[in-house]
Amino acid sequence: MISIRDLHKYFGALHVLKGIDLDVQKGEVLSVIGASGSGKSTLLYCINGLEAIQDGAVTVDGTDVHAKGTDINKLRQKLGMVFQQWNSFPHLTALENVALAPRIVKGKSKAEAREIAAMQLQHVGLGEKLDVYPGALSGGQQQRLAIARALAMEPEYMLFDEATSALDPELVGEVLDTMRLLADEGMTMICVTHEMGFARDVSDRVAFFHQGVMEEIGPPAQIFGDARSEHTRKFLANVR
Amino acid sequence: MFDYNFHWRPVMKSLPDLLEAASLTLQVAVLAMVLGIVIGLCLALARLHLRGPVYWFATAWVELARNTPALFQLFFFGFGLGAFGLHLSPYLIVLAGLTFNCAGYLAENFRGGFKAVPETQIRASRSLGMTPWQAYSRVVIPQVFRIVYHPITNQMVWAVLMSSLGMLVGFRELSGETQFFASRTFRIFEYFAVTAVIYYAIVKVILLSSRLMAARLFRY
Repeated sequence: MISIRDLHKYFGALHVLKGIDLDVQKGEVLSVIGASGSGKSTLLYCINGLEAIQDGAVTVDGTDVHAKGTDINKLRQKLGMVFQQWNSFPHLTALENVALAPRIVKGKSKAEAREIAAMQLQHVGLGEKLDVYPGALSGGQQQRLAIARALAMEPEYMLFDEATSALDPELVGEVLDTMRLLADEGMTMICVTHEMGFARDVSDRVAFFHQGVMEEIGPPAQIFGDARSEHTRKFLANVR
Repeated sequence: MFDYNFHWRPVMKSLPDLLEAASLTLQVAVLAMVLGIVIGLCLALARLHLRGPVYWFATAWVELARNTPALFQLFFFGFGLGAFGLHLSPYLIVLAGLTFNCAGYLAENFRGGFKAVPETQIRASRSLGMTPWQAYSRVVIPQVFRIVYHPITNQMVWAVLMSSLGMLVGFRELSGETQFFASRTFRIFEYFAVTAVIYYAIVKVILLSSRLMAARLFRY
C-alpha cells in the first residue's frame, strides 16, 4: 500500500502540494487529473523520492520513503516510473535499455537480464524491435519501451507521469492499450493523465487536483457524473 | 637567383633516428592525452557539481591552460619549477606541460558534453533504482563520450603537434631530434621538410583510425 499523509512540497517559496492525504491499495488503478501546475506530477516524484518533501510522510508498504535510513534505491525497485518524455537511453538498443537495470541494480546475469528484457518487450508489443536503437523508434514505441524498462524490475507499483502527453495523437492509443493491459493484469497504478477516457474506463478511483490540493477523489462515475467540487466540474467541462 | 643545392642524403641516413624520435613524440602525446582525459573529466565534474576551493582550483586550471601560450606552460614546468630547485627531466617537462594543457581544453569539452545530456536521463536511471554512480557511468558518460569523441580526436592531433615545443626545453622528440641533426649538418630545410612529412603522416593515421573506430563504436 502507498500511504501519503499531510504531504507538503515547496519549490522555493512556491507551495506546490498543500497537505495531501491519500491511500492507494494493492491492485488499485488511480488516475490523477487536474490542470497543469496543480501538483499532480510532483506528487509522483514525491512518491518515489525523486523530489524531497518538506512536511508529512509517504510510506510504501510501511517503509518511509523520505526517512534518513531508507535504502531508496532498493525501494525504487518496487516503484516503476514512466515519464512524459519517455527518456529512453539513446546509446543502447531496445533490449539493452530494458536489460540494463536488472543486470546492474538487481545483479542478474547478463543472459538472465536479456531474457527478462526480451520477455517484457514482447509483453508491450516490441518483440520485433529488440536490436533497434531508440532513435529509430516512434514516440509511441519509445514510450512502450520505457514501460517495458520499468516492468523489467518487476515493480509492485507503476507510476505514470502523463505518459501520453508528448505523443502525436495517432500514437496515444498504442500506449493507452499497453496501460490497459497492465491494469487488466492487476498492476497497481497511479496515472497522472489528461486522457479522460482512460481515467473513466480503466480507473478504480479518480483524484482531481487543483492548485496543490486534492479537491476530491472517488469512483469515475461519481467524478465524471456527479462531481461535488465546483473546480472539478469546471475543469471537466473545459477538457471535454 | 636560386642557387640552393638540395642534399637529401644526410636526412635519409638519419631517417631511422628520426622515426625513433617520432615514436617518442607519439608516446608522450598519447600518455598526455590519457592523463588529460582522466584529469579533464575530474575538472569538468568539479566545475559542474562542486563549490568552494575545489571548484576554484579546477576553474583556475582551465583558465590558465586555455588562455596562456602552451609554450609558457611548458616553460613553467621546466624553468619555473627549476627556479624552485625542482628539476624535471625534459621528458617529464613535456609530459607535464602537455597534460596540463590538454586537461584544460578537454575539461571544457567534457563540461559541454555533460550539459548536452538531459537531466531527465539521470532521473529515469534513478527511478530504476540505479545509484548516482551507476546512472553516471552507465547512462550519462557513454553519451558524453560520443559527444566529445571528435573534439578528443582534435585534441590528440593538437597534442602530437604541440609536443614539438619539446625541442625548446631540450627534449629530443621528433622536432628536437630534427633540430639536432639539422644544426650538425646545416641541411636545415631538408631535415624539417622530411619531419613535416612525418608529422603529417602521424596525424593522418590518427584521423583515419579515429574515423574507423567511431564507425565501430557509435551505431546509434
